[in-house]
Amino acid sequence: MEPLTWTGPIGQFLDPVLYVLAGLFVIAVAVQIVLSVATGGARVVTNPDGTLSSAGGPYDLSSTVTRWLGLGLLAVVVIYLLVGVVSGPSAAGIIGGVSQQLLPVWVALVLTFALSIRYKRKLGLYGKLFDSTVGMIGFALVMFWVFAGVMAGLFDWITTHDSLSQVSGMKNKVPGTPLRGAEDGKYLWYLLGGDNLARDVFSRLFKGAWVVVQIAPLATLFAFMVGITLGLPAGYYGGRLDTLLSFLANLILAFPVILLFYLLVTPEIVATGIPNYMATVLFIFPLIFVGVLLNSRYYTQPSFRTPLLIIVLGVMGWIYLSLISDGGTKVAVLPEFLDLFDIDAGILVVFVSVVFVNAPTVFRIVRGLALDIKTRDYVAAAQTRGEGPWYIMLWEILPNARGPLIVDFCLRIGYTTILLGTLGFFGLGLESESPDWGTTINAGRRLLSVYPHAAIAPALSLLTLVLGLNLLADGLREESLKD
Amino acid sequence: MGLFILRRLGVMLLTALCLTFIVFFLTNLYPNLEKLAKTQGNFRMTDEAVASWLGDRGYTDNTFVKYGRWLGVAPGWVTEKEDGTVTGQCFLENTAPEERPTFCGVLQGDWGFSLVFKDEVGSLVATRLAATGKLMGFVLLVMVPMSLIVGVLAGMREGSGLDRSLSTFSIATTATPEYVSGVIFIAVFASSAFGLKWFKGSATQAIENATFENFTLPVITIALYGMGYIARMTRASMTEVMTAQYIRTARLKGVSFGNIVLKHALRNALIAPFTVIMLQIPWLLNGVVIVETLFNYKGFGWLLVQAAGNNDIELLLAVSVVSVVVVLITQLISDIGYVFLNPRIRIS
Repeated sequence: MEPLTWTGPIGQFLDPVLYVLAGLFVIAVAVQIVLSVATGGARVVTNPDGTLSSAGGPYDLSSTVTRWLGLGLLAVVVIYLLVGVVSGPSAAGIIGGVSQQLLPVWVALVLTFALSIRYKRKLGLYGKLFDSTVGMIGFALVMFWVFAGVMAGLFDWITTHDSLSQVSGMKNKVPGTPLRGAEDGKYLWYLLGGDNLARDVFSRLFKGAWVVVQIAPLATLFAFMVGITLGLPAGYYGGRLDTLLSFLANLILAFPVILLFYLLVTPEIVATGIPNYMATVLFIFPLIFVGVLLNSRYYTQPSFRTPLLIIVLGVMGWIYLSLISDGGTKVAVLPEFLDLFDIDAGILVVFVSVVFVNAPTVFRIVRGLALDIKTRDYVAAAQTRGEGPWYIMLWEILPNARGPLIVDFCLRIGYTTILLGTLGFFGLGLESESPDWGTTINAGRRLLSVYPHAAIAPALSLLTLVLGLNLLADGLREESLKD
Repeated sequence: MGLFILRRLGVMLLTALCLTFIVFFLTNLYPNLEKLAKTQGNFRMTDEAVASWLGDRGYTDNTFVKYGRWLGVAPGWVTEKEDGTVTGQCFLENTAPEERPTFCGVLQGDWGFSLVFKDEVGSLVATRLAATGKLMGFVLLVMVPMSLIVGVLAGMREGSGLDRSLSTFSIATTATPEYVSGVIFIAVFASSAFGLKWFKGSATQAIENATFENFTLPVITIALYGMGYIARMTRASMTEVMTAQYIRTARLKGVSFGNIVLKHALRNALIAPFTVIMLQIPWLLNGVVIVETLFNYKGFGWLLVQAAGNNDIELLLAVSVVSVVVVLITQLISDIGYVFLNPRIRIS
């Protein structure tokens, strides 16, 4: 069987179109930049009736041309993907094959966008995101990887081969190589080539996305719980507590991250149980947070508060205990039959160290926000009403700090993704056969100068995901400032 | 001001002590020591042999005592074997008894001995640090002017085409960690797959002889990741300055746009980025570790990875002291510099 080319038969007509359009687009953007410096940007004239309108001119013309060329470029890419979805690799090459495998992701993305844009006026800040182009691009990139990760991880939809099985003769093969003597029902190509152990790069890529989608948001959420629970009192009370907590936060921040990872994640340290003890301490913060949050709100109605707290804390406590206790490690408080799930020891260690590294930064942000907001009038009003300090912190200060915190949450998921990649890059924590992107980059970098495809695929994926999160944060910041 | 610096120095000292103690504690946990004994002695040692190997070398004492020894405030270990030979931390076996010093720690200028490199830690760290200093110097030389230019150009006309392209560029660079951009750069510019063999994918030779060919990729890789953040901060500061009243006054007086940017806005707009640049240096340290591993440049970051990977306790402690000092000093400089640059801030 013939190896696949990148764009297949339709590429013969479409590739030249794409190249010409791309070249023109680059020239148009350059011209626009030059004109924006030379002519002072868009000229605006005031009409006699007081309205403003654009005066045209070369800058205006160039920006119109750029926009249409950009749209044309986008249209060509969409044609590639559509042809790919319909007729697969035989007509549209590797891109077509990838696009066909990703069909469920495209459907989910289109549905999400259609519904969100339809009801965007009723969806608050999330809906406003769809007013900003940057935010929409970011959201699309992020949701692409979320959907892809979930579908590959939970339903096994996107992947073409098993992410661990090796196929003889496929070692370091370039993208689009057909499998020799493939059996019936097997996928016929390695779409993105084979890695140095003859495994399918394409399938590992999406399995790796699942690892990232699982760990990064959750670890960031835990870091936020820790940072908020400690940062609010530090900012609100100030004094000794603030000095002590800030000193501890600065202490952790002064550590080079990689040294910290090496100290926490080596097998010898894992054997001492220190990561498990740290997990015990760090994972209790969500319980404290939710407990205090509900108690400070409803403590005036004990008949409602007490059952609520018992149920909520009971469920969370059970999850907490199942999370930290693990047969065979130092922390095994829960008997086996009550243990809901066992977290893989490697993942737990990675999770703990990522939370540990992120929490001090969140602490500093929350502390700064609390220091600022506690001087506001509504806080003084609550104090005069006789509200307790925790009510003021969690129900007055925290909701008013949500804008910057949501933006930072998006940025921090991106940073956590980078940290996970760093851990993988140094071969720490996760097993060496784990499909996550950092580990794959680490495995691929040894042969980088000869067979770069195995390392480039996860590198570009990580780049697009983090870029998406940054653009999303930018869009959210822009839209939340408009209020 | 003097008091402020003194207080900061005190906090710095305390931080450094705490951090080195944490590193000391973690590296001296028993599983780590067991591994150390087995790699230094032999791998088939029995548990008793491990215990006696460690006991002879003072590893089984209390952590605080051991930490005191490393600092040089507690007397070094001395072991007398059954056959009468005396070994000690601070002297060789053949030193005359009256010349044997009691203390040998950091305070006495003795940073210990690296068990992996079989060399004095002090000289080892110094040479590697010099190599990294060269790398950092070039990175700063590329990164600071580039990011300031990008930030100022983007911020001088908010919302223009130039602003949008440069802002997208800065966001893209902050989203590209070193191990991603490094991999892409090597694949595109140094591999046979793309055919552009402009640069070299390894910087091993750059320690003695840095050329354009072998040093460009590592420098650009670190500089790009740090650049985006500084550029965005500069842009924010520049847009703020450009909306200030005195800029409007200057425009209404008829000052040309170039003169407004260069003479009126630039100085005020560069106060905030100064702080960011100083605080970015500890961040560069991380990038340095990744890039030195990726490009096999044997500098300080490479040393850190080797020390941490092999649990080379004294080397690891020296490495962490150096990196902590770098972090804290840059923080101090950024605080002091901010006060000098911005006359509105006074420390009471």
